[in-house]
Amino acid sequence: MGWNWETAQELWPLLMEGLRILLLVTLISSLIALALGLVVALTDRSAPRAVTMPLFAVMEFIRNTPVLVQAVFVWTAVTMWLGTAASPMWTGAIVLGVHYASYTAEAYRAGIDGIPKGQWEAITALSLPKPRAWIAVLLPQALRRSTPALGNYVIALFKEVPILSAIGVTEMVRQVDGYAGLNYTGALEGFTIAGLIFLVVSYPVALLMRKLEKRLAN
Amino acid sequence: MVHFENVVKRFGDLEVLQGLNFQVQPGERVTLIGPSGSGKTTILRLIMTLEQVTDGVIWVEGEPLSHMRKGERLVAANEAHQRQVRKKIGMVFQQFNLFPNMRVLRNITEAPVHVLGQSKEQAHTRAKELLELVGLSDKADAYPSQLSGGQQQRVAIARSLAMSPDILLLDEVTSALDPELVADVLDLLKDIAQSTDITMLIVTHEMGFARDVSDRVMMFDRGVIVEDGPPSQVMGDPEHERTRSFLKAVLGESQG
Ligand SMILES: Nc1ncnc2c1ncn2[C@@H]1O[C@H](COP(=O)(O)OP(=O)(O)OP(=O)(O)O)[C@@H](O)[C@H]1O
Ligand SMILES: [Mg+2]
Repeated sequence: MGWNWETAQELWPLLMEGLRILLLVTLISSLIALALGLVVALTDRSAPRAVTMPLFAVMEFIRNTPVLVQAVFVWTAVTMWLGTAASPMWTGAIVLGVHYASYTAEAYRAGIDGIPKGQWEAITALSLPKPRAWIAVLLPQALRRSTPALGNYVIALFKEVPILSAIGVTEMVRQVDGYAGLNYTGALEGFTIAGLIFLVVSYPVALLMRKLEKRLAN
Repeated sequence: MVHFENVVKRFGDLEVLQGLNFQVQPGERVTLIGPSGSGKTTILRLIMTLEQVTDGVIWVEGEPLSHMRKGERLVAANEAHQRQVRKKIGMVFQQFNLFPNMRVLRNITEAPVHVLGQSKEQAHTRAKELLELVGLSDKADAYPSQLSGGQQQRVAIARSLAMSPDILLLDEVTSALDPELVADVLDLLKDIAQSTDITMLIVTHEMGFARDVSDRVMMFDRGVIVEDGPPSQVMGDPEHERTRSFLKAVLGESQG
């Protein structure tokens, strides 16, 4: 039952394929989370209450239910609706992206709220039109403040991708599971290496974010 | 030019202005003095539309600022109307409020390009002229955070002048500065007062400066004009006890 290098070697290409899917899902989900979160935060600032109240409710709901449940539910619903199996990768990536949008929206909001009152007053005093003020003054400052939090959400999202193995996304964990199910071995090697890969990818990013956070603080 | 007609301003239960009336003529330099909390900042902020009047009307160049004409009647002004009227008004703040994400030059050109519709070159040329006026030609490419407070304030003055305002509002523009940086900014403002005919409303505790630049000084107390006249009279020979004690307090402070 000890460590077997041969098994590890056999697992390597599967893990690499899993990593490819993992990174792809992370990329798609992050883009969705970053874009949608910004749209939500801006809508929240400028739309009438008739829009922001339901939006707030939806975001609360998404934030307070598990990704796993959301993914399984959406995949099942879409599959029933299409009459044929939905793409696990795309379904998973979108669900995860929307889920994290509910967090990034908060990060953007905090960034916007952190803009000093004097900036808004200067905008008024110069008569800058709203859209221009957002593009040239407010968003650049808000994004700067939100960047560390957003970076941390991307890392958290990356680490949550394996949850999507539940709907058949063939990232690393799913690959190891598949191998172990067929060969009755490899779980130890597979999960160890997968864990190390997670660490190798996310730790430098986390360090970078911490550095950025410190630099932005002063 | 600027005309307050029975202007009332309340913050909750606190009535800061209780039916204020005054007029400022084109080109006039008016200094507002008075103890803390007397409503000086509120008056400037109302003109800049950073606050809305509770009651009464503010007229700017014959146009109601807080209201707009709807047939015969005056109704509360909307955002578009206010934007139109306040293009003629510039304000310099105690805390400068430069845009930290833009270099000095773009701080100055941003509004002329996107509000007045000037071409980039036009705005650029004008910004360079203004930077020369405020003595910061070498700082065009610096970020605000790389400048001293006095330099930032001079950029802020250049930024508001770039909009060619008819009316300039200055609210304690040297209060946040280290003492050794105050003189430069005040000298610059004196220059501007001499070389332009911009109408100015100035709130300051620098009495020497007030005496030098103003045509008129208004002494406020609790939102009411206590005394209104040329600086030689209001500051040199005040009629009212409250003005006397205020001046004594301020002058005593700056000498101590
Ligand atoms: N946004 C606000 N909400 C509530 N009260 C306010 C607000 N702005 C001003 N006030 C109050 O209105 C009064 C007048 O304030 P204002 O800032 O106009 O005084 P000031 O004459 O400029 O005083 P200072 O010399 O200290 O700057 C004060 O009592 C102040 O506390
Ligand atoms: Mg004040």
